[in-house]
Amino acid sequence: MHMPAPDAKVMALKAALAARLRAVLPADAVIDDLAETRAYECDGLSAYKCSPLLAVLPATTAEVSDVLRICHEMDVPVVPRGSGTSLAGGAMPTADSVVLGVARLNAVLETDYADRIIRVQSGRTNLSVTGAVEADGFFYAPDPSSQLACAIAGNVAMNSGGAHCLKYGVTTNNLLGVTLVLMDGTVVELGGGHLDAGGLDLLGVICGSEGQLGVVTEATLRILAKPEGARPVLIGFDSNAVAGACVSDIIKAGVLPVAIEFMDRPCIVACEAFAKAGYPDCEALLIVEVEGSDAEIDHQLGLISEIAQRHDPVEVREARDADEAARIWLGRKSAFGAMGQINDYMCLDGTIPVTELPRVLDRIGALSREYGLDVANVFHAGDGNMHPLILYDANTPGQLELCEALGAAILKLCVEVGGCLTGEHGVGIEKRDLMTVQFAPADLTAQMAVKDVFDPKWLLNAAKVFPLDASAAHRAA
Amino acid sequence: MTLQTEDDVADFVRAAKGPLAVRGGGTRAQGGGNEALSVAGLSGITLYEPGALTLVAKAGTAMAEIEAALVAERQQLAFEPMDHRALLGTAGVPTIGGVVATNASGPRRIQVGACRDHLLGVRFVDGSGTVVKNGGRVMKNVTGYDLVKLLAGSYGTLGVLTEVSLKVLPLPERVATLTTVVPDAAAAVTVMSDALGSPYDVTGAAAAQDGDGFRVHVRVEGFDDSVRYRAGQLRDLLRLDDGGDPWADLRDVTGLGDCPVVLRVSVRPSQAAALLSRMDGVDKVQLDWSGGLIWLGGAQAALLAQAQAICAEIGGHATGIKGDFGPLPRFQPQPAPLAAISAGLRAKFDPRGILNPGVMG
Repeated sequence: MHMPAPDAKVMALKAALAARLRAVLPADAVIDDLAETRAYECDGLSAYKCSPLLAVLPATTAEVSDVLRICHEMDVPVVPRGSGTSLAGGAMPTADSVVLGVARLNAVLETDYADRIIRVQSGRTNLSVTGAVEADGFFYAPDPSSQLACAIAGNVAMNSGGAHCLKYGVTTNNLLGVTLVLMDGTVVELGGGHLDAGGLDLLGVICGSEGQLGVVTEATLRILAKPEGARPVLIGFDSNAVAGACVSDIIKAGVLPVAIEFMDRPCIVACEAFAKAGYPDCEALLIVEVEGSDAEIDHQLGLISEIAQRHDPVEVREARDADEAARIWLGRKSAFGAMGQINDYMCLDGTIPVTELPRVLDRIGALSREYGLDVANVFHAGDGNMHPLILYDANTPGQLELCEALGAAILKLCVEVGGCLTGEHGVGIEKRDLMTVQFAPADLTAQMAVKDVFDPKWLLNAAKVFPLDASAAHRAA
Repeated sequence: MTLQTEDDVADFVRAAKGPLAVRGGGTRAQGGGNEALSVAGLSGITLYEPGALTLVAKAGTAMAEIEAALVAERQQLAFEPMDHRALLGTAGVPTIGGVVATNASGPRRIQVGACRDHLLGVRFVDGSGTVVKNGGRVMKNVTGYDLVKLLAGSYGTLGVLTEVSLKVLPLPERVATLTTVVPDAAAAVTVMSDALGSPYDVTGAAAAQDGDGFRVHVRVEGFDDSVRYRAGQLRDLLRLDDGGDPWADLRDVTGLGDCPVVLRVSVRPSQAAALLSRMDGVDKVQLDWSGGLIWLGGAQAALLAQAQAICAEIGGHATGIKGDFGPLPRFQPQPAPLAAISAGLRAKFDPRGILNPGVMG
């Protein structure tokens, strides 16, 4: 993975820049000490690290605007950062950049149950948005596995998904408005409490733009009334391919569960050790969750069990109580952490058409054998969002490179069968150089034209998303 | 000359000497008197995978053809695209390209999202005649910028859609509608908000004028037993009666078809009654999306400026859908920095300014 060399002119500005930033921010909000800037050297893609020139922690939209205006005037690159949980390097700094962290922007600004919206500052964590409304019977639907830590700012930047987006959609489907600060410090409002933003759908293009078009400081989010109840069922199979076929049949049958999650044996073993969820001993496991009243849940789970029985399952088991249901989900949501306790791993998130699941799982198995690295699979099967975890040893020379090569081969496979490189983690630096597998030059030019409009100097998170040679002329402009 | 392929469209755009009126079936009447660029000849479903809940079709494909294919598999476009013919008094064949270009979304938008939320991928020809693709045909895709959303509802001003890929969903086994009459808009919004604040998964909350008051309609859909149960709960909770099936008329806003001027106003539901109380010269009103979408009918084009001034104050936006608005902007004017971004994007995607110029301002 290659990053552009830091700009010596910018590096030389460090003292002058720090002085200007201290003039507009509280003293403790400008971090230039080498030992402290190291805290911002990487995100969840920890294989790559680089300390920034400076880090700033503004606490208001006005402070964010001041920071960006100053950096814009001095031609200093800026890397926005939510909680730093990106798995794609979305928040990884360059040595000549200012990391703009939004962690201090964490207030709830408004809740309105009649209009079913909540407005929050963007540094607030995903789970604490639901936390602010759940006592009143509402919730915020997108639920990335990192929801305890990840910030709404990062969710908007990456258009984060989660296990339950089969029914409720991803961030972009639940985002009604943002306060956005442009690179030159201009503050704009997109959308608001109404359901559709007017004019061109700028909100739609901001969501998922990986912090390259502006810094989101506030967000208006759709909240929903909690269903009466929810219950997961575990269905075990003796092969990945059969489990994949069962997923496709459930969807075809017109049952639309809120979540269909898939785990293969390596994941089942690791998650069971971690969460003691009582996962069955089998090759492949589906967690299917449905919602509604008890009678509605019984009916839907009955239909699902009927479909599953046609695929000769090892076991079909409903959660008996809330505690068991919670442990089933704890196991799944801890999958990455649980795998991380036993191995280094790289997590991919290519998406494929659901009908291709059995074939793609077979071919991932073959690629795994060919490269000599184990691959564990845990993913959102209902919407085809794969999460192959490639296991490797970071301390063995050459293993990271081998792992990346296998990752690239798997992602190319996803594109080949009609899917895409990334379903919810984003491109960042990780998949940047694979973009040409999915897009023709004209497709990338059209996307980069959007950045030209929002950030003509290409100062915001610039060396990401687009292959460096494709973006070179834009970045130099 | 009938354009039949994406290459035809690209050649046509490249060769264009002046402004073009981009259209599908012409039922949504856009683009004025400029030279017509019709994609009606680009027709046909290119891929339909019921098991993957996805459908890909060329932009000129008739909605009727798509709906027939979906119904055969007991599926649907869940965002309930509006058919504009009854409201606008147009004739012709509505196309999927027109649905996407106008982001046409009906009552179920409150539960499943708008057209833009179901649009998985697009292919389009930009104003230079370059073919661009974005998105794809899978449910979750964050690979690069989401130009799919940008193209949805761009009214042909950023590119000529040639192919679209959509998420489809199962048809419900049963639909139930509950209804009641209330004295005014504020009371209607209260009933609808209470319904949506319940756990009973409401898929429609709309209200049409009834005498001096409003008739509210609340819909639940799904499996048979589940619908019976939820309808029963809502009936008791909100003291509603069993209703008929008004949803196609509500979706198409047929009740305002005889008004010479029609506006579409998007606000927070809690602002709907206040907005209505401040408007003069409104003859007919329909509320959808629990009051978040207000259709206003009247006789004077000046209604639009009035609604836009109120929206500028309370948040939201008003669009002139039907009527001769003369020099008025049909879309809500934007603050200068946003207008500059929109203009900047148009200049990038359509440097010669030939695609439906003036349609969005």
